[in-house]
Amino acid sequence: MKIIIPIKRVLDPYTQARVNKQTQLVDLTNAKMSMNPFCEIAVEEALKIKESGAASETIAVSIGSEKTIDTLRTALAMGVDRAIFVKTDSELDLQPLHLGKILANIVKREEAQLVIMGKQAVDNDNNQTGQILSGLLDYSLGTFISKFQLSDDGKSVEVYREIDSGIETRQLNLPAIVTVDLRLNEPRYASLPNIMKARSKPLETIEISSFNIDISPRVKVISVKESGTKDRASKQVQSAEELFAELIQLGVL
Amino acid sequence: MSVLILIELNGSEVSSNSRAAITAATQLSDKIDALVLTDDSANAASVASLDSINNVKVIADSKLEHVSVGVASKLVAEVMADYKYLLSGSSTYSKNILPRVGALLDVQPISDVCEIKSNNTFVRPLYAGNIMATVESSDDTIVMTIRATAFEHSGDGGSAAVEELSLPIPEQKSNFISIQESQSERPELTTADRIVSGGRGLGSKENFALIDQLADKLDAAVGASRAAVDAGFISNDYQVGQTGKVVAPNLYLAVGISGAIQHLAGMKDSQVIVVINNDPDAPMARMADLVWQTDLFGALKELNDHSL
Repeated sequence: MKIIIPIKRVLDPYTQARVNKQTQLVDLTNAKMSMNPFCEIAVEEALKIKESGAASETIAVSIGSEKTIDTLRTALAMGVDRAIFVKTDSELDLQPLHLGKILANIVKREEAQLVIMGKQAVDNDNNQTGQILSGLLDYSLGTFISKFQLSDDGKSVEVYREIDSGIETRQLNLPAIVTVDLRLNEPRYASLPNIMKARSKPLETIEISSFNIDISPRVKVISVKESGTKDRASKQVQSAEELFAELIQLGVL
Repeated sequence: MSVLILIELNGSEVSSNSRAAITAATQLSDKIDALVLTDDSANAASVASLDSINNVKVIADSKLEHVSVGVASKLVAEVMADYKYLLSGSSTYSKNILPRVGALLDVQPISDVCEIKSNNTFVRPLYAGNIMATVESSDDTIVMTIRATAFEHSGDGGSAAVEELSLPIPEQKSNFISIQESQSERPELTTADRIVSGGRGLGSKENFALIDQLADKLDAAVGASRAAVDAGFISNDYQVGQTGKVVAPNLYLAVGISGAIQHLAGMKDSQVIVVINNDPDAPMARMADLVWQTDLFGALKELNDHSL
């Protein structure tokens, strides 16, 4: 069984996003970039399945400019077997529908039985790509998973889904797409020897044009602005009595 | 230019996020229909009495209890043939189904819409809400989830016509096994007037009970930071923030939460924010209307003991 792990390079989640006044886009020039945290969890889960003997190969896929290779190398250093890099011309803002179409092509080509990916990327916060991919392929889908258990016969998986009302357990027939939530596992760090080893692992480059997919944006960003978090008065109180009195005064108690 | 709203039911009750989606829909059109997928057509009664809805379309079948997203999205996509817009309130229910409907309709969906500027221009958050983007859709059909804290929750008083659709239910590729529902007597987090929220500073699951106690005293819902959830103090459905729930109560009381940007994203629109923490430099403190800089255990004891 092959596992495909689509991953995304994003602005480091602990870095504040800033708008470039000239371009009217989020400024990523010289910004610290890293693998989307949910993608790290997806990579870790795929590696655990491979280590259990249930998977034959793990393949990381990323779509973007030349710099995206760094993120694929990180996945290889964590232990993924090989990588597929879909090269775009510039920092083209591909949308989940485009990504889903490209990934669907790759999943079919590789005849992968399982796709493990993050539930959302922390830059655009769409929470869509896994769902779209499953719709295009008509595969079963488990979103927001916090537990993953392959069945003994290898034909299905049992997942815990973290939903608003609690935890749903479902059995998904393979082939399947799962999108991972934060509590699924604790991703490993790449060791130095593995970082060195990753340099010689296979990395295939595919030009995006070879997919013959219309990548013109369906939803165009007209403008962006920093909403930030407005500082408030931060009036100090010293006791429960004082706090409750203030809250009653403000009409919220 | 008609709108279809995919209604999320909690039992037989319409969810508050669906009510927000109705308010958003009224800004797009006055031809608004509702779609309900349910195992029991009796559950559609509460939908028919919603304000602003013309027709309620019901697909009722015993197979639709805990239906798979694959089946749900095929049914919704089929009904969408007659509509320009598909709206649903942002929740794990809609975020599961709507993007897959988008794939079937060859449409790029729009997540977490906070403002409707025109019939194809919307405002939505990026980067945990630190950036607000104005986006324009060129798709013929527009599919979007609506953030429940950004729109009023539409009320009752209507009397919509109910139409049962008899569509064949496709074969499902995933099976429901069980659900572990969080049981709580407290107000629901996303609609509560008051929230008492705890962070890593609480130190343990046992200590987190002090948050529950204060919440009960104030008739508030309980919330938590991601750090508290990851540390196992409380389950994930209480998480407030970028990857959890977005809330905007009248009172948000944060105890032992330092205020990562991902958490602030989920509660910054609260009317009054109170912070109890011993760290004066925590980002959370700058967000606060009221700050009590002190040992949080002493503060919680004093608050819990104080008679209102």
